Amino acid sequence: MSYRVVHYINQFFANIGGEEMAHVAPELREGFVGPGLAFNQSWKGEAEIVATVVCGDSHFAEHEKEAQEQILAWVKELNPDLFIAGPAFNAGRYGYACATIANAVKEQLGIKVLTGMYEENPGADLKDKILIVPTANSAAGMRKAAPAMAKLALKLMKGEKLGASCEDNYMPNGIRVNFFEKERGSKRAVKMLLNKLADKPFVTEYPMPSFDRVAPNPAVKDLSKATIALCTSGGIVPKGNPDHIESSSASHYGEYSIAGVEALCEATHETAHGGYDPVYANADANRVLPVDVMREFEREGKIGKLHDLFYTTVGNGTAVASAKKFAAEYAQKLLQAGVNAVIMTST
Amino acid sequence: MVKEIERAGIPVVHMCTVTPISMTVGANRIVPTIAIPHPLGNPALSKEDEYALRKKLVTRALEALSTEVEDQTIFEV
Repeated sequence: MSYRVVHYINQFFANIGGEEMAHVAPELREGFVGPGLAFNQSWKGEAEIVATVVCGDSHFAEHEKEAQEQILAWVKELNPDLFIAGPAFNAGRYGYACATIANAVKEQLGIKVLTGMYEENPGADLKDKILIVPTANSAAGMRKAAPAMAKLALKLMKGEKLGASCEDNYMPNGIRVNFFEKERGSKRAVKMLLNKLADKPFVTEYPMPSFDRVAPNPAVKDLSKATIALCTSGGIVPKGNPDHIESSSASHYGEYSIAGVEALCEATHETAHGGYDPVYANADANRVLPVDVMREFEREGKIGKLHDLFYTTVGNGTAVASAKKFAAEYAQKLLQAGVNAVIMTST
Repeated sequence: MVKEIERAGIPVVHMCTVTPISMTVGANRIVPTIAIPHPLGNPALSKEDEYALRKKLVTRALEALSTEVEDQTIFEV
């Protein structure tokens, strides 16, 4: 008898559709769907996907509680040996859904779980709670990701002892295991130092934690005298996207004037973002960048001034390093322009 | 991006729908919004009601900017 597995995927991998179908509610299908085939093939009959849960990414993010309850009820009924989710690569909402639902299955049903995604995916924040296999940042990495996840999944189902994260290929989860090194510490340290001096690769035995947090700035004292700028990762651009900001993995940001503009409208602005259904933002871009309301507040004197320029990019699969670089650069421009506060909107 | 703006010394409020992601990226002032494709709107409402909704959300964002915080704070609407 083979192990029984339930698989979680999104609307895209179930072939239902892209962003325009991201709102679909969870559904349960018998057997494997889409990437589940690759898992089944890797398991060669030792384990098999008995059912697949399909859920739209936006639906999960916007109705997390209801979606989670429904999915937990199904998984409880099916009582599989393992619950596997994804892989989600660098899809933010999908990764978040995979990690969140896997964690819920583990915590509430006591069933073994596994997911896979790119290290920068926000879902990877749960790596201390559930096992996450690191993958490439796009679905092109499926051929490598599926067998890697399948291998670890089988090990979990068989109840075999888990090796270190670098041996069994999961993201380090903060759990330390004692073992004896072949060489004593002083010898290893000297070797490491020599390698470092010679510019050769070396691996630290104690990586420093990286908590990149920035303390909040003091509040704005008097809004009626403040210049406030609007920024967005929702891809709002002048109609025609003059600077060709990419619909995903953006390589640059845009700086556009809204001086004298009372409100954005269908004729003048649209979104370049390829990671959400653009219908609503294209019809009325104030839904993402609230120029209309800010102008009213400016007239009323509630705020001093709406800054003449807005900064925008597409936050869809865009590398954290790129986003960091964009904002570090335009933050200096905002400072020089005397901007006192920023409203950043994200989709 | 919010973190880099904060680092430059400018207070910033993040308006977004998936607030756990905002917490992960390190925003300090967070205002939850309506939905991913229309954070500051709701196409199901009349034009007037939708505008009133947006006004309420942006008002909350301004309140967040004028409130001192010591740690990551979600300003529920």
